Amino acid sequence: MNEAIGIRDVSKVFGQGDTTFTAVARVNISIRENEFFTLLGPSGCGKTTLLRMIAGFEFPTDGEILLHGENIADMPPFRRPINTVFQNYALFPHMTVADNIGFGLRMLGKSKAEVSERVIEMLRLVKMEPMAGRRTSEISGGQQQRVALARALAPQPKVLLLDEPLSALDYKLRKEMQLELKRMQHETGITFIFVTHDQEEALTMSDRIAVMSKGQVLQVGSPRDIYDAPADRFVAEFIGETNFLTGRVRKIAEETAEVMLEGGAAISATAAGVGVGDDVTIVVRPEHAEVVAVPATGSAVTKGTLENVVYFGTDTHFHVRLPDGSVFVTRQQNRPRLSSEFAVGSEVSIAVAADAARILRAGA
Amino acid sequence: MSQSAIRADYRRTLTRRWLLSSPALLIVLLAATGPLLVVLLYSFLKAGPYGGVLPEFSPEAWIGVVMQRGLFDDTLSIADAHLAIFWRSIRLSLETTLLTLIFGFPTAYFIATRPPNTRELWLFLITIPFWTNLLIRTFAILQIIRNDGTINTVLLKLGLIGEPIRMLYTDGAILAGMVYVYLPLMVLPLYASMEKLDFRIVEAGYDLYATPFRVLRLVIIPLVKPGIVAGCILVFIPSLGAYVTPNVLGGGKNLMIGNLIELQFGQGRNWPLGSALSISLMAVVMAALIVYVRNADKTGGHHG
Amino acid sequence: MAKPFSVKRQRGFTAMAIACFAALYLPIFVLVIFAFNSASSLSHFEGVSLRWFHEAAQNKQVVDATLRSFHVASVAAVIATLVATMAALATTRTRPYPGLTFKYALLNAPLMIPEIVTAVALLIVFSQVKGWIGYTGIGYLIAAHTAFCVPFAYLPIRARLENMDLTLETAAADLYATRWNTFRYVTLPLLWPGILAGLMLSFVISLDDVVITEFVKSAGQDTLPTYMLGQLRRSITPEVNAISVVLLLFSVLVVTLFFFASKRRN
Repeated sequence: MNEAIGIRDVSKVFGQGDTTFTAVARVNISIRENEFFTLLGPSGCGKTTLLRMIAGFEFPTDGEILLHGENIADMPPFRRPINTVFQNYALFPHMTVADNIGFGLRMLGKSKAEVSERVIEMLRLVKMEPMAGRRTSEISGGQQQRVALARALAPQPKVLLLDEPLSALDYKLRKEMQLELKRMQHETGITFIFVTHDQEEALTMSDRIAVMSKGQVLQVGSPRDIYDAPADRFVAEFIGETNFLTGRVRKIAEETAEVMLEGGAAISATAAGVGVGDDVTIVVRPEHAEVVAVPATGSAVTKGTLENVVYFGTDTHFHVRLPDGSVFVTRQQNRPRLSSEFAVGSEVSIAVAADAARILRAGA
Repeated sequence: MSQSAIRADYRRTLTRRWLLSSPALLIVLLAATGPLLVVLLYSFLKAGPYGGVLPEFSPEAWIGVVMQRGLFDDTLSIADAHLAIFWRSIRLSLETTLLTLIFGFPTAYFIATRPPNTRELWLFLITIPFWTNLLIRTFAILQIIRNDGTINTVLLKLGLIGEPIRMLYTDGAILAGMVYVYLPLMVLPLYASMEKLDFRIVEAGYDLYATPFRVLRLVIIPLVKPGIVAGCILVFIPSLGAYVTPNVLGGGKNLMIGNLIELQFGQGRNWPLGSALSISLMAVVMAALIVYVRNADKTGGHHG
Repeated sequence: MAKPFSVKRQRGFTAMAIACFAALYLPIFVLVIFAFNSASSLSHFEGVSLRWFHEAAQNKQVVDATLRSFHVASVAAVIATLVATMAALATTRTRPYPGLTFKYALLNAPLMIPEIVTAVALLIVFSQVKGWIGYTGIGYLIAAHTAFCVPFAYLPIRARLENMDLTLETAAADLYATRWNTFRYVTLPLLWPGILAGLMLSFVISLDDVVITEFVKSAGQDTLPTYMLGQLRRSITPEVNAISVVLLLFSVLVVTLFFFASKRRN
């Protein structure tokens, strides 16, 4: 597939002299055409700075930004066929909804007829036809969101940038807009680059995700890759809840390693680049483990004291204190008439589903 | 973009910003602040016989600010008249500030505690006098306190006095006039800080057994202190340099610094002395402003 | 019976406030009443008439002074607002740069200097300049008024700019607007209320000025306030009241316009 946006060795350093801050450090990403690509990371990780460099509001200190192979790193924003949906929408308060949507086309010098035709088309796309003449202060947050989207899509950009556009909406509306955005990306066939700190949002919407921390890209991959095979401890912790177990590799057979845990039990985990005798960290997602009664059955790997049982409606979380002092969390789906048979304070075993444990890359 | 390109871009931006602001800066420099340097220069020159100056250095004007020479010999003595005027100006300005604060505080509080729909109206009522010509307001006071003015007429009609009370051309008249014309200047900044007052904090004060007076003293006043300081400065500075109000209500006799300065450029024909007095006035005003800025920094630091 | 407790109530404050409002408006009220006096007394009201308004309108000095006042105020306000707008654009929404503090200080300086000091300084400088170049026209008055109007125009415009959302201009640039188009279609329309406020403020300030005008004007260059000051020093007739009422009405009109304009926007 063709590359829409190429980011090559891009760095951004703010400040001068002694007080510099590296917001983005030698980042390389290749974003494909017609892809829903997400930059995910905690606040301050550099994802917004990277987005602003693609838009043209910041210029990289170093490196190249390619749009279909052409370096646009020094091009001012008003010459780039790239549009942005801003976090606070940035709708022009002195213009109507329709004038906001038509603004980009007017600036491109399109004829009045062409502008109004396209505005109507966009209003239809975002289901806002009756609101065309309203002022932007007279419409709701969700509607403002749609107008911002329509305004950015109206000039038919090659790439659409979305800077945490859903963060100001309430939970229900956010869920709705997530599906809506996905639909629009399909309908328009435009490359979407989406910035968020919400891992759930990233997982549900994206074709691929880049996880960022401290100005660096830690992992790029499909949501499933990233959830199931986190590249390092940060990714594993940032995306979903995770249990970490430490141990030593005892033997390796094909893709599977047998690891002696510190508590004495053995666990088999998928191996990647480790050798016999290595000290490793193993990742187990809470939903892949289960609290079982002592004495343990064959799949049980470790024992501990049940400290807390938290009821969540759809499922129940069990917090188990392991002998090394850490807490292991399991998540079990609630079924009818299944009551917790374990009392808080009792001794329990933890069973891990087959193939669910993963060894983090060595050194991570 | 390379580092040098970024630096060149920054320089271009700076040049553009200087060009854009230069007309305003130039106008203020030429027709407001720049001439002050000439005043400073004039204060060190010799007075011309018919006004103006002679191009000769002379410290005479500065000596004249606080000292006077005898009429027949050259003996120096303290210039009682000048010092009395300085003292009167400062005293009247402080009294004006204090009185406007005493009257203005409840007024601002009253406006700030109105329900939002009528608050605008009260604010409007205080804004009208603020934007009304100072001369008109002084004239309005003049009509009230003249010998045959409203107050005397009413008192005479009621038989409370046998003959008109002489109020015009006294220090009291100047004080009343200045309090009247500068009251809105006190109320507006007070209101601005009271409007932001969070009454949940006041509620907390009452909840913790404070009486209304203690809430006022220990909660409200400390919270609106920036407004109090701003109001006091806004009243004190123009009071000190007041010219119109003492001129109209004080007659020729009860002078303030402003009138004394004017006198040197009119009948007195002593431009260097007038210049030296102007610089002295500036110095007092600057001192007051420095006190204000120090205070603003301190209170700003507490909240920010 | 005691009033029910209110968090906002302070004993005596309301009475004091009402007294203050009364004291503010009573003298103005008396002034307005006597403008309609048919006699020439300022203490005895003898009947309602428009006599003094007529006399003022017939008085060539008053008419000339009025026209001059409006002439000076409109030219000074327009120039001051124009240069203040440019200055505000150059001094807001930027990281501190060398000279920025100096600009702030200089632009606000006319507010800090006592009027009488500025007046004296201008008298000295302008009398020199008059001697050198021979021009004694109204330009000096306009220059002086423009200078002290600059901060009054600058402050509301700067406040407006600082509260303006920077991302709006970013959004315009993102939507293909060049620097000029961004200014024309986004910045200027959003700044407009601030510019209007600055214009009105400086117009009223110029119209009200007494002290600086009194010192700067050449012979025969009275504005309405300096004409009135001259009258106050002589025997006063209700003509001054009549002029005051007209000026007062004008101020009220401007403030009301301003008040409702800003209210509508909120």
